[in-house]
Amino acid sequence: MSQRLTAQAWAPYVLVAPFVILFLVFGLFPIGFSFVLMFQSWDPVQGVSSMKYVGLENLSFALEDPLVWVSLQNTLWLAVASGLPQHLVAIPLAYLINERLGPWRNAAMGVYFLPYITSTVAIAIMFGSLFSTDYGAVNAMLQSMAQWPVLSTLLPAGNVDWMGQPGTIKPVVALVVFWRYVGFNTILYVAAMQSIPRDLYEAARLDGASGWRVFWHITLPQLKPMMYFGVTLSVIGGLQLFEEPFILTGGKGGIEYAGMTTAMYMYRTAFEFGDFGLASAISWLLFAVILVLTLVTNRAFRVKGG
Amino acid sequence: MTQQASENKATLGPVGWLFLVLGGLAMLAPFYAMFVFSTHERSDIFRVPPPLWFGEHFLDNIAILMNRIPFWINLGWSLYVGVISTALTLLFCSMAGFAFAAYEFRLKKPLFGLVMATMLIPSFLGMIPSFMIMDLLAWIDQPRALYLPAAAPAMGIFLMRQYIESAIPRELLEAARMDGCSELGIYGRIVVPLLGPAFGTLGLITFIASWNNFIGPLIVMRSVEMYTFPLALRSVQSPVDTQWGALMAGSVVAVLPLLVIFIFSSRRLIAGLTAGAVKS
Repeated sequence: MSQRLTAQAWAPYVLVAPFVILFLVFGLFPIGFSFVLMFQSWDPVQGVSSMKYVGLENLSFALEDPLVWVSLQNTLWLAVASGLPQHLVAIPLAYLINERLGPWRNAAMGVYFLPYITSTVAIAIMFGSLFSTDYGAVNAMLQSMAQWPVLSTLLPAGNVDWMGQPGTIKPVVALVVFWRYVGFNTILYVAAMQSIPRDLYEAARLDGASGWRVFWHITLPQLKPMMYFGVTLSVIGGLQLFEEPFILTGGKGGIEYAGMTTAMYMYRTAFEFGDFGLASAISWLLFAVILVLTLVTNRAFRVKGG
Repeated sequence: MTQQASENKATLGPVGWLFLVLGGLAMLAPFYAMFVFSTHERSDIFRVPPPLWFGEHFLDNIAILMNRIPFWINLGWSLYVGVISTALTLLFCSMAGFAFAAYEFRLKKPLFGLVMATMLIPSFLGMIPSFMIMDLLAWIDQPRALYLPAAAPAMGIFLMRQYIESAIPRELLEAARMDGCSELGIYGRIVVPLLGPAFGTLGLITFIASWNNFIGPLIVMRSVEMYTFPLALRSVQSPVDTQWGALMAGSVVAVLPLLVIFIFSSRRLIAGLTAGAVKS
């Protein structure tokens, strides 16, 4: 019996061991080491042996690097421009799908969720072609719409160089990110709506409330915890944005670095310019920004909820 | 939901329908364009108006792609990494999930807290040292650099723990113990055979994530012969003289397996991918 007990005592540790080992080697150690790297500098050619302590040099260098600030601005712009519309569209969309769609619900959820599970590379290539300058489908569509009387004054006369001018790179990237994640958020809200007690709706209906008022006074307040969760995910994910702008701008960030996010700049600093110390400092800067904005989100939701 | 409740439900008005249908079209149209463009020559893709129906040049486009990249090798690596990554993830996550669901042990709470905490750590923080570790271990250009580090994801452990707690009665484990089954025997012979549905969900999620993975191979794969498919596809992209037909055909190859998986298991995937959110 006592042997049984010891077996039961050590078995869970054996079972958890793979997770713990992988976490220590590929999770905790790299993060700790990244913190150390932030204060080091070395010649990439000579390797790690030439590493020496440089104090806050990397950090102050990063803070004085104008491209760090450009990339942070781009990141924030993209996070807001792609994140906010996601939630503004996802909530009413989820309401329509969940409350009104009946037998079509699963099909609709599937359609809206599809972009989320597809390859970023394929998506970015596809949108790259749709938004290409000379004969891309978007320009072709705008051109044919410009033939119509009223629209001709509103639409651009020539082809728009979407990915070739600073003013349009970010909106295109934001659109792609929005398109990719709006369905994911919709599904989150559908799931949250399904857990709203039905009798709340019944009571509202008995009181004669309907449609819009039910949505506004019952559904929306009940969604608050999921909104907090979803917005937090968007903040954390949006600030780490890398793949979509990386592929859409050919890895360089586009003209005037208009599409270069901080994660992209960190990648380039490390793997193109070979400065791992500076790149580590940039990554901790970005981490600080994410941390602060996550706390701000938390605070915003707490204040609104009272 | 009761019968009455669903009968009482308001139906979708015209504005609602318009919103849903236009939105749905916006979700599907880029895929449709991708499939149509993949069957046309480059010069036809950029005709005005662009082609709206399928052409006959899909295989020609694939042939162009094969001239640019070692197509089958790249596809093979994607499949190889995906399969091994899935197998390891199922093994490690079910082990840890079982430990957290069925045992009481002293470090249970802190360890589970650790699992949850790893979900909050942004992956880019460890990116540079991870690369240095891979370099040190001589894992650059090695597939294990892709499937091993991420083989015990917190989300998978969480999913497994939830499933084991709800689907496997503790009495069953006790009974096995009474019959003299060892602890690891209980895991292997009692628990694992009952995990089918959870394995299905987590397996699909893991395979899809591995198949789509871009940053991982971008950092550790240096030679074109070791590229996974998405990375190889990206390398065909160039600012001048872009072979759009070939790129579209490659994108179709990258997306098609996902579409097939999704058509047959969208409900399970959606439930799995949002499980963490719904429970919390």
